[in-house]
Amino acid sequence: MSREWKIKAVLVIITAAVMAIGGFQLYSHRHYMTPIIAGPGVTKATKLSEFFKGLKGTKADTNVFFLEGKEEGGKILIIANTHSNEPAAILTALVFLENAVVDKGTLIIIPQFNNSGGRNTKPGDGYPLYFEIPTEWGNKKFRMGNRNASPLDQWPDPDVYIHYPDRQLLSYLDVRNTNRTWPGRPNGPLMEQVTYGAMQIMRQEKVDIAIDIHGAETMFPVTNCIVAPEKAMRIATMTSLTVKAREGFDNHVEPSPQGFRGLSHREIGDYSDALPFLLEAPTPFLDQPTGPKSVDFLLDGKDPFLVKLSKKRKLFVPYDETGWPMDKRVGQHCSVILEIIRQYSKKFPNKQLKIRNIPRYAEVVKNGVGHYFHNPNETDKKDIYYN
Amino acid sequence: MPVIMITYYVICVYLIGMLVWNFIREKKSVNDMILYLTVLIPLILRVFRIK
Repeated sequence: MSREWKIKAVLVIITAAVMAIGGFQLYSHRHYMTPIIAGPGVTKATKLSEFFKGLKGTKADTNVFFLEGKEEGGKILIIANTHSNEPAAILTALVFLENAVVDKGTLIIIPQFNNSGGRNTKPGDGYPLYFEIPTEWGNKKFRMGNRNASPLDQWPDPDVYIHYPDRQLLSYLDVRNTNRTWPGRPNGPLMEQVTYGAMQIMRQEKVDIAIDIHGAETMFPVTNCIVAPEKAMRIATMTSLTVKAREGFDNHVEPSPQGFRGLSHREIGDYSDALPFLLEAPTPFLDQPTGPKSVDFLLDGKDPFLVKLSKKRKLFVPYDETGWPMDKRVGQHCSVILEIIRQYSKKFPNKQLKIRNIPRYAEVVKNGVGHYFHNPNETDKKDIYYN
Repeated sequence: MPVIMITYYVICVYLIGMLVWNFIREKKSVNDMILYLTVLIPLILRVFRIK
């Protein structure tokens, strides 16, 4: 064999090895299953494909949990991980799922709404593939996903995404973004089918409140807030004022823009009877001018570059060396959701919701979010679901 | 399978053929050989539908 062909053979072997090692890591991440424990309040576990059959057998199908009270009352839907790179959402949803006891009304939870996005990553930004939350019984491991669904599940992307039904022109990437594809349609791209499935839940179950949990950059003005359309504005405002007065944290209200289509806080309100709320907690990990996107940074939200920017008043939230830890983000989400429920129940006494056993902001910050997760090894197998 | 999808696969196969051909023909530049192999990766994954 000539020297030239020896070099070529070595290069082919190296390329194949890189493909195999990298491919194996990505394959493992895509197929990693997180145990989700159905707590004492869960009365029914089903799939999104129960509400729209077209999702059955696809990577977009996902778990839907019902927590039904003994007394009839209002119905609330909590959607988490619409964007899977905003993981305070799934952690909050699991706090509710594993602990909530519903006395009146119905709580519906979708912990991993964009299931395909939760199995995607962002290698160009150096995203970690997993993160772990410390608990009293060890670490609970989660996949770190991406904002958009994987192109492996929905492909090809269009040059421009034409929103349905308003025909607004959006970025081509937004065709895989389940916070741009609302209200969806049964024969559209896969992510439009996902949002259509959720709309079907809201229509069939006559959901009163829909909460979509998110996280946003500290350099983005729509952060640390509740986004609500006109019809949900009063409850959002009362919630914001109450958590500030009673629990001491800011969470301002942003109006849902009428001219920006496809977002949950706009389309759910326009295409169903539910009152939509989108919750944003500051997520420094999502900011661009930061250090490495490490797991520590994801969890503690500490970054020296953001501290400098904060001193120059470039951030939209207070920020210092203490960062913006995950416990604080999850605690805020828990309190805001509980307060929205309380305000709704006050305004509509015939559709009251009574949910207990959920910690509020100060408790989550004090105990850590891992305190509220149960050990899968000590749980009855029938109560464990995988996502 | 829609026509656009078939077209994508045909384009991928064509590009793979061209890259392999160029890789074989390249005599000196190791840099170019590495580039040909790197560009081949996503095309091979697409054609063989490796997720």
